[in-house]
Amino acid sequence: MTIEIHDLSKQFGSFTALNDINLKVNPGELLALLGPSGSGKTTLLRVIAGLETADSGQVLFNEEDSTDKHIRDRHVGFVFQHYALFRNMTIFENVAFGLRVRPRKQRPNAPEINHRVTELLQLVQLDWLADRYPHQLSGGQRQRIALARALAVEPSVLLLDEPFGALDAKVRKELRAWLRKLHDDMHITSVFVTHDQEEALEVADRIVVMNRGRIEQIGTPDEVYEKPANPFVYEFLGHVNLFHGRVHQGHAWIGDLEVDAPEYSEAEDLSAIAYVRPHDIEVDRTLNGEPALAAHIVHILAIGPVVRLELAGKDNQSTNSIYAEISKERFRELQLARGDQVFIKPRKLDLFPNHAQNGSIH
Amino acid sequence: MSTFKQYSVLPGFNLALGFTLLYLSLVVLIPLSAAFIHSAKLTWPEFWSTVTAPRVVASYRLTFGASFAAAVVNTFFGLLVAWVLVRYPFPGKRLVDALIDLPFALPTSVAGITLTAIYAGNGWLGQYLEPLGIKVAFTPVGVFVALTFIGLPFVVRTVQPVLEDIEKELEEAAAMLGATRWQTFRYVIFPAVLPALTTGFALAFARAIGEYGSVIFIAGNIPMVSEITPLLIITKLEQYDYAGATAIAVVMLVISFILLLIINLLQWWVRHRSIKA
Repeated sequence: MTIEIHDLSKQFGSFTALNDINLKVNPGELLALLGPSGSGKTTLLRVIAGLETADSGQVLFNEEDSTDKHIRDRHVGFVFQHYALFRNMTIFENVAFGLRVRPRKQRPNAPEINHRVTELLQLVQLDWLADRYPHQLSGGQRQRIALARALAVEPSVLLLDEPFGALDAKVRKELRAWLRKLHDDMHITSVFVTHDQEEALEVADRIVVMNRGRIEQIGTPDEVYEKPANPFVYEFLGHVNLFHGRVHQGHAWIGDLEVDAPEYSEAEDLSAIAYVRPHDIEVDRTLNGEPALAAHIVHILAIGPVVRLELAGKDNQSTNSIYAEISKERFRELQLARGDQVFIKPRKLDLFPNHAQNGSIH
Repeated sequence: MSTFKQYSVLPGFNLALGFTLLYLSLVVLIPLSAAFIHSAKLTWPEFWSTVTAPRVVASYRLTFGASFAAAVVNTFFGLLVAWVLVRYPFPGKRLVDALIDLPFALPTSVAGITLTAIYAGNGWLGQYLEPLGIKVAFTPVGVFVALTFIGLPFVVRTVQPVLEDIEKELEEAAAMLGATRWQTFRYVIFPAVLPALTTGFALAFARAIGEYGSVIFIAGNIPMVSEITPLLIITKLEQYDYAGATAIAVVMLVISFILLLIINLLQWWVRHRSIKA
């Protein structure tokens, strides 16, 4: 099923939760709504579900206007962050609920319900828990049951509101992989909300990055990570180092470091910010002819194949510490120790000149 | 003693248990056993004829029947009132909420006089009900009205916090799964409030059985018709028939005890059917 959203807006009092949202969810894709809290991602999901009504705009399911359709008629499966399982019912009854409440004519008979529920419990690999009550299950198990319950009514769309938000890190990782696999098997159009960028990058086909009720960027995980559309997306996705500098006629300066910036050949002495991912920073002990920034090592974290260095710049091109990630081999080769003087050079950086408001972002 | 004792960070288990037993004995057990001891002054046939006298039996029927009916009515309407107070914002909500507690706080005799004045043949409501053939004051209906009045807060106050705790998500989940409003109430909300509802019922019922002050004014106390058992006990005491009074008291005690036991068993059963997380 295709979901289309046209010009959707919603206010809560003076707070703008959704500001003119336009979005298309393709059939069978797993889409992530990613953003910090208060960015409107959950509100958007709830409007799609019909749990919330928008002030203006439309929600189309398969090109059919569903804006005023009742929740019951939307054929949407919804998974809540805190599971929302029915406490007084067994796991079996929880999953069977959606089938049992159907109007008599459409209701499957007892053996059919039995078959269907058993099938779903096998799908989530928890058929041995059928007679238990929700409080006897762990968080991860509860969330899988909640998913089975949502799938019982054979929804054409699956919506998940921070499905792993209440779980601990290890279970989260397991469930993430499991959800991805489940989606690949079932190919049901799914939208999930998360504030965890790692989760979105790992699971989703496409990511919608939201901030303050607006969509900042839509793209595949690779696109949003490698080509962030604006400073917000850059800072929100992954670790990043921020440098202050200036752009002038196709060149950028960050401290003593000069970089070519042909796309800004028209720029006339603008202040700019530059972003560099930690793994795009080269570290060396000596200056070898090329311009580089001087820094000294504040902290070394050498666990695993990647060594994380915390560096302090000489000048204040960078407001905070600079983080660099180098391989263990390189780390051994350089024989770095805390307090050592090093020179750093970005392999790749992205510039965002402050056209109108000089330095107002930071 | 040490076999009962479990390790706890808070000291004073022995002292606290000892105090609890002493306190319960002084306040509850000793007075109650005195009733049994007093009634033992009667021989068995005397005891039996006292507690099975037609006038006494009629009073049991009224006391327990009207109390039960009042508790049942309060269970339904108490749930409704609690629902409205929890779910809907409306002007004067806090005032209404405070009004619920009034039957708790009001001296029962005040309630009795007020209700009598309203429902008497020439009262505010009575004057309209009388021509319709409905007599409230000085009839068993009046007893029922008074007992309903004093029992209302029990159900509302036990159900209200439970209703407030039910997450909105549960209802949303039910709706997303295709349940109608009625199905959501019947299968999701009602099972969650049922334990609290039975507790409220038990409290309202127990209170109604023991009620005296508010009833005697409106009841009219016509023997065989609108005379409650607590009043009979007072009547016997005024005639210096202490043994007879305690005999009836013992019967009430035993019946009340059995009823509360049944209700507690029922609650235990309900709780186990809908185990809480």
